[in-house]
Amino acid sequence: MRSAIGQPISRVDGPAKVRGQARYAGEFQPHGLVHAVLVTSTIVQGRIIAIDDSEALRVPGVMAVISHLNAPRLPWHIPEQRPVVDPKAGEPLHLFQGPEVHFNGQPVALVIAGTLEGATEAAARVQVSYAPANGVTMFDEASARPPHPDTASAGRPGTTSRGDADAALAQAAVRIDATYRQPREHHNAIEPHVTIAAWDGDHLTLYDKTQWVDNDRQEVAHALGISESQIRVISPFVGGAFGSALRTWPHVIAAAIAAREVRRPVRLELTRRQLYSGIGFRPRTEQRIALGADRDGRLQAVVHEATAQTARYEEYAETTVNTTTKAYACRNVRTAYRLADMNINSPCPMRAPGTVTGIFALETAMDELAVALNMDPLELRLRNFADHDQHQQHPWSSNELQACYRAAAEKFGWHRRPQQPGTLRHDGKQVGYGMAMTMYPANREAASASVSVFANGTALIRSAASDMGPGTYTSMTQVAAECLGLPVDKIGFELGDTDLPVAPVHGGSITMASVGNAVMAACRSVESRLIDLARAPGSGPFAGVKLADLVCRDGAVMRASGAVGEAVPYGELLRRCGLSKLDSESHAEPGEEEEQFSSSAFGAVFAEVHVDAGLGTIRVPRLVGAYDIGRVVNPKIARSQCIGGMVGGIGMALLEAAEWDARFGRVMNSNLAEYLVPVCADVGELDVTFVASDDRNFNPLGVKGVAEIAICGVAPAIGNAIYNATGRRLRDLPFTPARLLAG
Amino acid sequence: MRPFAYSRAPDVQAAIAHAGAGAEFIAGGTDMLQLLQEDLRSPATLIDINGLSLTGIGTDGDALQIGALTRLSEVAAHPDIRNRFPVVSEALEATASAQVRNMATVGGNLLQRTRCLYFRDATMPCNKRQPGSGCPAQDGCNELNAILGGSADCIAVHPSDLAVALVALDARLVIAGPAGERRIAIADLHRLPGDAPHIETVLDPGELITAVRLPMAMADRKSAYVKVRHRASFEWAIASCAVTLSLSGQTVQDSRIVAGGVATRPWRLPQVEAALAGQRLDAPTIRAAAETAAEGAAPRPGNAWKVPLQQRTVARAISTAAGVP
Repeated sequence: MRSAIGQPISRVDGPAKVRGQARYAGEFQPHGLVHAVLVTSTIVQGRIIAIDDSEALRVPGVMAVISHLNAPRLPWHIPEQRPVVDPKAGEPLHLFQGPEVHFNGQPVALVIAGTLEGATEAAARVQVSYAPANGVTMFDEASARPPHPDTASAGRPGTTSRGDADAALAQAAVRIDATYRQPREHHNAIEPHVTIAAWDGDHLTLYDKTQWVDNDRQEVAHALGISESQIRVISPFVGGAFGSALRTWPHVIAAAIAAREVRRPVRLELTRRQLYSGIGFRPRTEQRIALGADRDGRLQAVVHEATAQTARYEEYAETTVNTTTKAYACRNVRTAYRLADMNINSPCPMRAPGTVTGIFALETAMDELAVALNMDPLELRLRNFADHDQHQQHPWSSNELQACYRAAAEKFGWHRRPQQPGTLRHDGKQVGYGMAMTMYPANREAASASVSVFANGTALIRSAASDMGPGTYTSMTQVAAECLGLPVDKIGFELGDTDLPVAPVHGGSITMASVGNAVMAACRSVESRLIDLARAPGSGPFAGVKLADLVCRDGAVMRASGAVGEAVPYGELLRRCGLSKLDSESHAEPGEEEEQFSSSAFGAVFAEVHVDAGLGTIRVPRLVGAYDIGRVVNPKIARSQCIGGMVGGIGMALLEAAEWDARFGRVMNSNLAEYLVPVCADVGELDVTFVASDDRNFNPLGVKGVAEIAICGVAPAIGNAIYNATGRRLRDLPFTPARLLAG
Repeated sequence: MRPFAYSRAPDVQAAIAHAGAGAEFIAGGTDMLQLLQEDLRSPATLIDINGLSLTGIGTDGDALQIGALTRLSEVAAHPDIRNRFPVVSEALEATASAQVRNMATVGGNLLQRTRCLYFRDATMPCNKRQPGSGCPAQDGCNELNAILGGSADCIAVHPSDLAVALVALDARLVIAGPAGERRIAIADLHRLPGDAPHIETVLDPGELITAVRLPMAMADRKSAYVKVRHRASFEWAIASCAVTLSLSGQTVQDSRIVAGGVATRPWRLPQVEAALAGQRLDAPTIRAAAETAAEGAAPRPGNAWKVPLQQRTVARAISTAAGVP
């Protein structure tokens, strides 16, 4: 039978999606559903002194206005071990528990009505009076501080150092030292955040947009002070999330409170504008990178200092500088990470959080160093290839970065790159070539999956995983098909429900390596049970045959010798044994390899840009990426993920920025007309190659995960190409006409 | 959004008659729905004028007349527009997206509201929305605001591409109102904000644009519409310029040069036109004329970069229209 892993099959959930049959959280219709709309604050700091809801309550159909004045007091416990997706210091926003306001756009009241229109109108009629106080709305690097110890110990230390980077920098023959800025950016998934809460007695069902149903249940249980067993979270489809649905946001709790108050199922959807304050975002970050090298381009010193904004009530922090500790071979490396407290809603992970930000600065700096050395930027990177992780002092579990460089350079035609900036023209435009290295840590968490094999010859796999778009349904189906030796169309996969076996967060590009190995383990386990069944004395078709002489192959139990005609397909086996199905559940988790190896996905990204020097417009006709993502389960959906990441990278490079008005502490372009993301016309040719790779040191399946690596490296590759086209070095994202024309 | 009454007008007279206080017209709705949903407008009554017979394009006397309810996509594709007034097609094809152009109407496009970030956020002060409440754009997020035609009370850009092209064609508007029909030049439609930025046009309450007339005398001119934006599509102009030229050989007999995206209304540039009059068009002449394009500009610190951008955009549009490299 043909191997299922590695086949470019189309998404198994595609037909349901294009027919509108895929049910997203906001589309469930529990009987008696009513609607809730949030009222949000217009000050950045202070207290609510009065809420006048009299006009709101007069709107026909309004059932309740909930605020701190009448909301139940909730325990809002913090789980003993903080969820990996939550900040490690401070506390999440406790909605409607007091009059304090911490940022502009904070939910301060909730209106529930029979219709969305009624709730919307009434929400606009709620009058909130405030006693404003002074808040911090200016990003001030000087006032930044190191992370809290609990943040630091969770992989976000204030400083790291090996060797003496500053001394080595001072002595280096060639140096660059520059500052790079990235603005606040927002996820802007097309599906807004929406929660439907329905109580049945003291049992709560949540239909929620989430990347982690199990944690959603845990956090809601802790906030409300009820048992996790009283809660079920259902989230079969997610319409894009990019990290925004990792945590449980305050509005989820608000929906649960509201549904209990009005004794009806309640649907709460954030408006597009509310998505800029009701969930998180990628924090504004300023970085200094200093590189020192000898005349041959060998790095002698690397200094990377980053400062990011964070909320005053809770300390979200990123791994911005971590890549720098292991990206290149260098004896002297120092990093620093600091946080600037502001009256803002808490930031959160957004597509390759921290890593993409750090790589933007590092890979731009490497290009600047190549210019200072008068060296080909690719050659500079090859000369500084890190043959092991010098930070953790571990070998890589696998590393095909050099193959990525070769493959992408070849496909791109890097040898045609103009050596002198501003010398290549096409159709009146300045043309430039640029490149960047990219990497993203490969991680794996414990996961469980169950398998049921049925007498009709089909199998159903279940795990409480998520599929926010990357293709979990499809890839897990392929893993199961491969392991069980059944055709893909005989396999079903169910996810997104807390009633299913436990799965880790659907983030950090870990799902394939985590859930994939659990699916494999569950398949192995059910096969073992099938063999037991086949050997059962009396009833089994292979009764009396030795265990070692039987195997599962091609969807059947057979003799290991492979004698023809003796294979018994699983369905037939069950029927002969009088069973309708056979179940098994398994668990898979990382082991000692975590202590032995460093694991990472790698890649190389090349960009061609065309710059209209007169008008300052920048277009990207071509991106070429080559990636080492371990074993590729489905090249078609893996490519889809990569081109999605590349498009996100184009947005980061050229378009995305929250317009922040510090006087009001508010994002002013909080809509899709003015917060720009790429449209089809902004996207040219996207070329994706996966180099041969199979990382069995990292996990039995040999996968590393795709997703986030593909956005990393795109912005610096584009910026470096802009330099090659124009001779202008842009260090502040996004690269806009305003910045290019500013001179 | 607040509740409103909805009625369909059977004809122009009925539409005008119902257009009392608190009533607003809705045509394609591509802007009005945003205004309603964002709580920026709360009319007591919406009068749906989509049923009026104000569609279609045809020659009428000395003009090509476009019904005010003609969809932008239809106008852009019409052979007489493409062949004889291509600057209109170019401006429209650079407008919004194909889907929006299939809904949006000519009249509605001219009357769309500004994209100023403060106007669009109902929680913010804005003299356009709430007279006297203030203009935070003056010292706020104003990178894309107007450098021309602004006042202390408002620096919001007029967002229409079509209006800019129409001014370059000296188009006329047919307006129906309670007092009967009148005609005005498109250039006279939009007011400067001054101290009353909430009054955006010279239309009286109840008046309705019924048609746009392109003078046949302006047909077949050399022309160009150049639009600068961050994205390659689906974005309002950060600077634009419409140019129509009457040439004798390479010598300018007459020109109309209009800037968009930089001013509080479509911004005709008579000084650039004067600098080109009687001149043979070559790159230095164009550059020198375009240098004057931002005359009178009063940029804020956040949008001073638009001054050179406007000059370059004007130069590019003249060069493109004239075919001068």
